[in-house]
Amino acid sequence: MASPIKTRLRAARNPSRRSTEESPVVKWLLISIALAFCLVFLLLPLLNVFAQAFAKGWRYYLESLYTPDAWAAIRLTLLVAAISVPVNVVFGVAASWAIAKFNFRGKSLLITLIDLPFSVSPVVAGLMFVVLFGLQGFFGKWLDEHNLKIIFAVPGIVLATVFITFPFVARELIPVMQATGAEQEQAALTLGANGWQTFWHVTLPSVKWGLLYGVILCTARAMGEFGAVSVVSGHITGQTDTMPLHVEKLYNEFNGPAAFAVASLLALLALLTLILKSLLEWKEARDLARAQQPAPPDSKAKPQMPARETTR
Amino acid sequence: MSIELKNVTKAFGPVPAVNQVTFSVKEGELMALLGPSGGGKTTVLRMIAGLEMPTAGDIFIRGRRVNELPVQERNIGFVFQSYALFKNMTVAKNIAFGLKIKKWKRPDILSRVEELLKLFGLEGLEKRYPHQLSGGQRQRVAIARALAPKPSVLLLDEPFGAVDAKIRQELREWLVTLHHDLNVTTIFVTHDQEEAMEVSNRIVIFSRGNLEQIGTPREVYEQPANEFVARFIGVMNVLDTVVSGGVARIGEMQFPAHDQPEGCLLRIGFRPYAVQISTDLALFPYRAILRHTFFLGIMLRLELELPSGLILRSRMTKEDYAQLGLEDGRAISFQIRNYRVLARESAGLPTEKELSYQLPPTIGEHI
Amino acid sequence: MKKPANLKGKSNPLPGFGLTLGVTLFFLSVIVLIPFAGLALRTSQLSWADFWRLATTERALAAYRLTFLASFSAAVANAIFGTLLAWVLARYEFPGRRLLDAMVDFPFALPTAVAGLTLANLFAANGWLGRFLVPLGIKGAYTPLGVVIALTFVGMPFVVRTLQPVLENLEREVEEAAATLGASRLRTFAQVILPSLLPAITTGFALAFARAIGEYGSIVFISGNLPFKTEIAPYLIVMRLEEYDYTGAIALAVVLLVFSFILLGIINLLEQWTSRFQH
Repeated sequence: MASPIKTRLRAARNPSRRSTEESPVVKWLLISIALAFCLVFLLLPLLNVFAQAFAKGWRYYLESLYTPDAWAAIRLTLLVAAISVPVNVVFGVAASWAIAKFNFRGKSLLITLIDLPFSVSPVVAGLMFVVLFGLQGFFGKWLDEHNLKIIFAVPGIVLATVFITFPFVARELIPVMQATGAEQEQAALTLGANGWQTFWHVTLPSVKWGLLYGVILCTARAMGEFGAVSVVSGHITGQTDTMPLHVEKLYNEFNGPAAFAVASLLALLALLTLILKSLLEWKEARDLARAQQPAPPDSKAKPQMPARETTR
Repeated sequence: MSIELKNVTKAFGPVPAVNQVTFSVKEGELMALLGPSGGGKTTVLRMIAGLEMPTAGDIFIRGRRVNELPVQERNIGFVFQSYALFKNMTVAKNIAFGLKIKKWKRPDILSRVEELLKLFGLEGLEKRYPHQLSGGQRQRVAIARALAPKPSVLLLDEPFGAVDAKIRQELREWLVTLHHDLNVTTIFVTHDQEEAMEVSNRIVIFSRGNLEQIGTPREVYEQPANEFVARFIGVMNVLDTVVSGGVARIGEMQFPAHDQPEGCLLRIGFRPYAVQISTDLALFPYRAILRHTFFLGIMLRLELELPSGLILRSRMTKEDYAQLGLEDGRAISFQIRNYRVLARESAGLPTEKELSYQLPPTIGEHI
Repeated sequence: MKKPANLKGKSNPLPGFGLTLGVTLFFLSVIVLIPFAGLALRTSQLSWADFWRLATTERALAAYRLTFLASFSAAVANAIFGTLLAWVLARYEFPGRRLLDAMVDFPFALPTAVAGLTLANLFAANGWLGRFLVPLGIKGAYTPLGVVIALTFVGMPFVVRTLQPVLENLEREVEEAAATLGASRLRTFAQVILPSLLPAITTGFALAFARAIGEYGSIVFISGNLPFKTEIAPYLIVMRLEEYDYTGAIALAVVLLVFSFILLGIINLLEQWTSRFQH
């Protein structure tokens, strides 16, 4: 226990400090530890990616990216994202409309099932598709007879990616759709709008940021997924290697700088994701603040003059 | 008939929210659906709009049965309590929405929007978004949006609920003027009896899903159909009396009851204006002390305490009060000019608690 | 197709229920339910004895042990540093705070393969960190410690993001009350603040733990994948598949799945607990 005099002295030295604040020493110590931790665990790994990618210079960096195999991996990654993200959007919009706007039995079960892929190891996710479509799988024989390939081919990679990213869009949309309530939609109905018109003109604009947010997260994950894709891809260079798989292959071939060169593209994607995400969060916070700010006071029941802002 | 409801029932689960309701609204009428919250009035409005489907019964709009008609095709204008303005659209786009949906031509839309902006005093605000408007402005945009496609009927759910008291009065007067100018059949829901009395041509009173009375403001005030209406509309003194020897008594108050059986309980009600006061203690049969005077603008409310402890409410104008030279604590005499028997029970009257409504706090004092 | 039931009073005149629920159930079946059913069916074809034998080989037990212990250690590290980070982000204003706040999500955004690659390189003997740490005897690459490091990286945002909103909504008055009652700042933190943060910290811990159990991408680069030493359970599943030992892979996968579902149940309970603490 500090003596009363000491306490008073301390208070005198620090007159502006609130009773619920730590002393500046403690505060800055905590901030320093946090910053140091983030430096080692966030910033260094990121910088290291680029440092290693350029370890042998610009030329080598560009050359490692211009190989046909790297190009094939980039193209495949983009293709997989271009299929799985729209699938996720269609599913996410449909699921959030049904869940947020209607009451029905089994709704909470449905939400749990949608979230399920989050709690499954990516490797196990890939395995499930192998069990279904692999040579020894349930449909393996039938697929083989009809000369169709899912496992060790692009369809398997797409399926695994859609599984892994399944909850992203729905999860972001359900809360925002619930928050907007049903009254704006009902108002559109009373004005004669049908379901599509209502969705297009009223619902979509009010959830667009949430949707975009979900799409960004979904895209990042779809392009970066490793475990599930690794299990179903078969690692055929130039055919079923996505960018993350190509990184692994180069690394295992002891071609570090080339592995880091491809990895640097994925790191850039991650940075872009973070920037877009922060912009959206910032925009959402601003919209929220704007929606919550009190209405300007009623001057009169019938305002006669156009206000200044609108005439400008 | 513009709108007709025949034995309309709506049940959410086992208890009907609206029970066997029948009434009709004439073309061009301004009708209030009045009742305490939970009375079923909003559900009735939503059923007319097509936002709810009746469990039983029929709804007609201009003679056409609309039970199965989806909300989009009923040609109604609906104003939500929260206004439900489209947040992502400007004032002009909000108003134009219904016209675009109905595929009006662009110049027609523009001129209609302009016309409405002018009519509703919203000029200069057309490029604003809902969050940049005041409560009263939002309400007018909501009504303008509902009226834009020229609906056959305008439905308003608690239209004055969300604006503050000061401008509510102006909005009421404005709604009456608007209705007078446009002459569109209008139905609005309110829990404020003063609002219903002041604005509407006729009032439909609901309680617990049942229609209690339909009538003009004057009819429901002067000839309430039952105790609920009597107590819901305006202020009423209510006394539970016991009949003995052909007279209903409580404390020193007596009411003739020749034809009532001995021991029967009578609930008697009378309006404050029926309590006539004099400072001449010999003039009227009952004595009381003026306990407290409440100033309510031009009218005063007086609280009288009888020697037995009964409290009655009376009212008079400022002029009469001054003329009589009344002040708090003054002894007075009074009489009851007219009263109504609200309920009769030989076994015992229903207690206040058992009655199917709560009374609003003292409202409508100057009616 | 189910009809929109009037369970909660107001029915909804909005159209599209049948269509959207139909689309939802279709995708859910194709993407999630049928694969799960396939795995369940294949598992049910195994006899219990076979399953037990395949799921509890020496190598598998060693892999479970590493997976479990490394995940637990990483989750503990995340709980400690995550709480610190959340506190600093929620309570203090300092230059670079918003940048730091955005950076916390970096492990979520970075593909796990890249994370594993760069961490393995950082902690290798000639890496930026390894050249200082390895002489001190701290070997990050190709050791169980490496697994912990990778899992700590991957799970870092969980505790921060669960705790941050709770901290921001915490009523300052409670702390002020403790101060007026004479409690020191440390005591206030230990006895007033920390108890109300505990549900959120535990939830974040469980989320990080669950994620770590299934993690694969970041670890394969840093751990070296030596059987009995640095081999994690998901890696062993991949090994079995590469040997075309489907049943062996399935047995291991079922063990992991069961464990994930138990954790999921616990997390759901924890989340209810957390939301009870927030008003």
